[in-house]
Amino acid sequence: MLEKIKLKIIESRLQLSILGVLIIVFVLFAIGNPRTFLSYRIYYAFMSTIPFAAILALSLTPVVILGEMDLSFPSVMGFCAWAFAAVFNQTSNIYTAFVVSLAVGLIAGFINSVLIVRVGIPSLVVTIGMMFLWRGLVMIASGGLGLSLVKTQGTILYKALVGRIGGEVPAQAVWAVAIAVLYGLILNRHRFGAHVLYSGDDAVSAKMMGVNVERVKTIVFMQVGVCAAFAGILVTLEVLYFWPSTGEGYLMKSLASVFIGGTTVFGGTGTIFGTFIGAIIMGSLEAGIVSSGISGFWTQFIFGLVIVLSLTIYAYMSKRLSLGRGLIRSIKSLFGRVEK
Amino acid sequence: MRDNAVISPAPGVTQPLVKMVNIHKSYGGVTALNGVDFVVGNNEIVGLIGDNGAGKSTLIKVLTGVEKQGEGKIYWKGKEIEKHTVENSRNMGIETVFQDRALAEKQNIWRNLFMGREMTYGRTGFIKVEESKKEAINLLKKMIGFTQSGLTPNLGVMGLSGGEKQGIAIARALYFDAELIILDEPTNNLSISETNKVLNFVKWAKEQGKSCIFITHSIYHVYSVAERFVVLDRGNTVGEFLKKDISLDGLVEKLEYVAKHGVLA
Ligand SMILES: Nc1ncnc2c1ncn2[C@@H]1O[C@H](COP(=O)(O)OP(=O)(O)OP(=O)(O)O)[C@@H](O)[C@H]1O
Ligand SMILES: [Mg+2]
Repeated sequence: MLEKIKLKIIESRLQLSILGVLIIVFVLFAIGNPRTFLSYRIYYAFMSTIPFAAILALSLTPVVILGEMDLSFPSVMGFCAWAFAAVFNQTSNIYTAFVVSLAVGLIAGFINSVLIVRVGIPSLVVTIGMMFLWRGLVMIASGGLGLSLVKTQGTILYKALVGRIGGEVPAQAVWAVAIAVLYGLILNRHRFGAHVLYSGDDAVSAKMMGVNVERVKTIVFMQVGVCAAFAGILVTLEVLYFWPSTGEGYLMKSLASVFIGGTTVFGGTGTIFGTFIGAIIMGSLEAGIVSSGISGFWTQFIFGLVIVLSLTIYAYMSKRLSLGRGLIRSIKSLFGRVEK
Repeated sequence: MRDNAVISPAPGVTQPLVKMVNIHKSYGGVTALNGVDFVVGNNEIVGLIGDNGAGKSTLIKVLTGVEKQGEGKIYWKGKEIEKHTVENSRNMGIETVFQDRALAEKQNIWRNLFMGREMTYGRTGFIKVEESKKEAINLLKKMIGFTQSGLTPNLGVMGLSGGEKQGIAIARALYFDAELIILDEPTNNLSISETNKVLNFVKWAKEQGKSCIFITHSIYHVYSVAERFVVLDRGNTVGEFLKKDISLDGLVEKLEYVAKHGVLA
């Protein structure tokens, strides 16, 4: 029994350490400003703002596990948000707007995947291009002007997406948690998740064992598009206004959430739980810093510090543990031979 | 086009399990296979031999659907294979221990064992994790003879020894109860006892009524288990011998001649 628990701890050491980072950060916040951090209000604020970046970060996790990159999602998010607002203003039908926006996201993701998988352009490079392209389209389409979405208020979909459940819990937080649970299940317990891991780990081996690596990549890039659209819809509904700059500011935050969550750029490994916690850390840091009475000028510095520190911890941890394990194993096998 | 009557399964074999006819394959400018004919009979162990770069691995990659041939046809139990992918070749009953083992090193043992053919709850696609782990450990301990005490299905493959990695690759072929097992240089870098395990595995496959393609540079190993030898050189089949017609020394002599002249004497 004890052995089993020990094993579980070793297996989930990455998840545990990111959780540790989160707890440390919040304890520090609570010490810095107990009045704010021991009341519900700040958590309510977090639950209404963090889900957007969290959903984006969740969708990026499988991309990073594949050893790929997507930098176009903030612009796709912007364009899908525009599509949502524009269709709604034309048709006054929020459902049509919702479906169109998600479809646009899907198509944007599909275009990325075609260029990466079929044409063979490295994802990092092609998504830089797409980042400019979609942002450019937002500007062209919107003429740089915003669109009001006040009229969506009162619709069922509005309430389901960004309403306040029981008047207290922002619906977007529930969506983010639901997506995290779903993605966690898929990554760890579903064939598709397994294929993402294999493809990111060793695409050649995966192919030889019958994994359709190209299909896996295609689907992964398409879901980023859909999630970007979804986050774009949520964010515009939350503020009831479409800004042409929608999506800007999410690039680094979302990517950093994935990395401080413990998913590495080397591919083949990753954790959805880590990304989710990473998004909470990234999303609460700024408010925490300011309300702890530290000057806002420190924000970026502390962001950087947390990122670099957590990455250092992971790197150190994975090295030492595998080294230690290897040693134990070789000692054991040595004894095993002597006994015989 | 070559006369494909040249290559035939051992006497007594009526319908071949696999028949490959006039297979061509090139990588960019490099011609790896230049019209190869190749047959494996039912319950036959075939040794596929030839120099480095002869095209052995390429031939089995075409056979297993990893690579698409430029030209030529493949028949499975007399029926032409139309849409050839790894997935359907595995579904038909072909399992392969690839030369470089085809492992995902950062994944653990059970995930590697079931790579590409996960044990799922029917069509939902959700993996039976606990069952997969149990099967994996059983297989490795009972069938492959893993002895190390710390063996758990969650152990990463990266830290395993060469023999253990090969054990996992072989366990895959075992688990899925293949009709045709392909071993591409399975004894490379293995100790004598590990090598014997592999050779015993081939003998076991023969007893089970399976067929086997055994690729190796060790003529001695292949001679001890195969019934027929096919010699490949620079993308061409240059000869085939039945074990009963040739001695080990005779075979070595032939191979040396082929290496020098590119044809058989
Ligand atoms: N992916 C590839 N891209 C380009 N050329 C390749 C590729 N795979 C194989 N070749 C070439 O095809 C030829 C046959 O290679 P193959 O691996 O089939 O030989 P082999 O008989 O298995 O050799 P070895 O005994 O060294 O494993 C070689 O000239 C090789 O360089
Ligand atoms: Mg080879």
